[in-house]
Amino acid sequence: MAELSSHAADERPLPGPVAYLLLVRMWSKSASQYRVSLMLTSFAQLLTTSLDLIAIVVIYSQVQTIADFTLPETLYLYGTTRLAFGLSDLFASGVENLATTIRLGNFDLVLIRPVSSLAQVLADQFTPKRFGKLFAPIITLGWAVNTLPVQWTVLKILVCIDTVVSGFFLYCALWVLTGCISFIAVDAQEVSNSFTYGSEFATEYPLQIFGRPLGLALTFVLPVAFVTWQPSLYVLGHADPFGLPGFLRFASPFAAAALSAIAALAWRACVRRYRSTGS
Amino acid sequence: MRVYLTAARLSMRRYLAYRSSAVAGVFTNTVFGCIRAFVLIALWKQKPEINGWDLSDAVTYAFATQALIAPMGIFLSSTDLGPRIRTGDVAVDLYRPVDFQAWWFSLDVGRALGAGVLRSLPPVLFGLLLFPVSLPLIPLRWIEFAVCCVIGFIVSFALRYAASLIAFWTMDERGVTSVLVTAAMFCSGMIIPLTIMPGLLGTVVTHTPWAAIVQMPISVLLGTQSGGFGYAVVFGCLWALGLLVFGRVLTEAARYKVVVQGG
Repeated sequence: MAELSSHAADERPLPGPVAYLLLVRMWSKSASQYRVSLMLTSFAQLLTTSLDLIAIVVIYSQVQTIADFTLPETLYLYGTTRLAFGLSDLFASGVENLATTIRLGNFDLVLIRPVSSLAQVLADQFTPKRFGKLFAPIITLGWAVNTLPVQWTVLKILVCIDTVVSGFFLYCALWVLTGCISFIAVDAQEVSNSFTYGSEFATEYPLQIFGRPLGLALTFVLPVAFVTWQPSLYVLGHADPFGLPGFLRFASPFAAAALSAIAALAWRACVRRYRSTGS
Repeated sequence: MRVYLTAARLSMRRYLAYRSSAVAGVFTNTVFGCIRAFVLIALWKQKPEINGWDLSDAVTYAFATQALIAPMGIFLSSTDLGPRIRTGDVAVDLYRPVDFQAWWFSLDVGRALGAGVLRSLPPVLFGLLLFPVSLPLIPLRWIEFAVCCVIGFIVSFALRYAASLIAFWTMDERGVTSVLVTAAMFCSGMIIPLTIMPGLLGTVVTHTPWAAIVQMPISVLLGTQSGGFGYAVVFGCLWALGLLVFGRVLTEAARYKVVVQGG
């Protein structure tokens, strides 16, 4: 925290992003103290993402297509989703510690410091092991892009890149929103998992498998269809099995912007009505 | 013996105290049960029978695994012992005039019973209401299932206990245990049923100790366990015995040259 206090002494408030990076550096140093553990946990993260991949391959060892999607197509979904989620996990999963921080009364300390509370919460207990989650998606996405019989146009390449970027923002917004759950119900940590890890898992597969009612809910209520499903329909040249209008294929950046705005407003509201805990 | 029963009872009571967190857990187990069921339904729609399982077997499996997660401790990287070794609190435990392994077993039994009471039934009931879940109405199957669950739990405990003891040597058990959790998730059949894994992969995963924790009890319940109930019992007991003995040997080794942290 030395860097932070020296800045505070200048009485200039530290911009959120700078504070975030300094905190990330601090937590990384702390995590690197147990070196063998860090290496093993990074390996475990690598393994976890690869096992989901093996699961998909095992499923395709039994059949040729799932909901009209071939193996390379589903792996394209897996690669984009997992890459977007892995990046958001790297950036924002510190939120998972928020419930504990609040329960122990430590959120008071967060508010006292002259640094953005969100930056502190996002950076909380950052660990370099999370980089382990990026390997399998990058390799899989590379393989899928190479194998798919897709005519790559400039627009398709842009949509592909945007899938990961918009997906990253959508997931970050979800992390922050699940953090807001901790303010309302401190015990509800596991409910948050349904939204974060649950959406990640659900978007690895063609959305069609969930049927029309749930598929529409995942598009318009909890908009995770925009993480990869909608833009990928365009890239892979699939018709929308739910018959939704074509402009939605390009709506991911707008969905990401809207959800981020909602998350930012919700966070502000939660911090404002926070009334401390403990006795 | 009484001390162990009391320990188990108190451990269960402690688990039952956190009801709102159990409600949150039930919600998550149900959501994941649904997602996994949808994936399996998509697969079985393409191929109505895979290795003797039909669609309703697969969907039943998806919800039954969610019911077993908490009591079997799939996501628990270790027992509570691991963190206590890391922090040094284990010094107190070593003073207790009880058998070290049996003491931790009693505490874990209490935790598993509490988890079973609070968290196992709701996901399956939800599945029964909204999905083609079909549970057998043969009482003998349920008795066999219960026996396999007990054996599976012992295997799970023995594994996690041995993993926690690693902290005596590495000072931080989290690295080893996080790798073990990952292996447990896949090899227990929680991600996808072991029955659909092809060739060599299938042969390997159905022989790891994790196969006895989730896949075998449910296969016995569905009446599809190859080799039947007898095979499942022998397989589970062999692993349980081997791992418990391994845990005892590690315990003795740790006692002989123990390093307690903290101060």
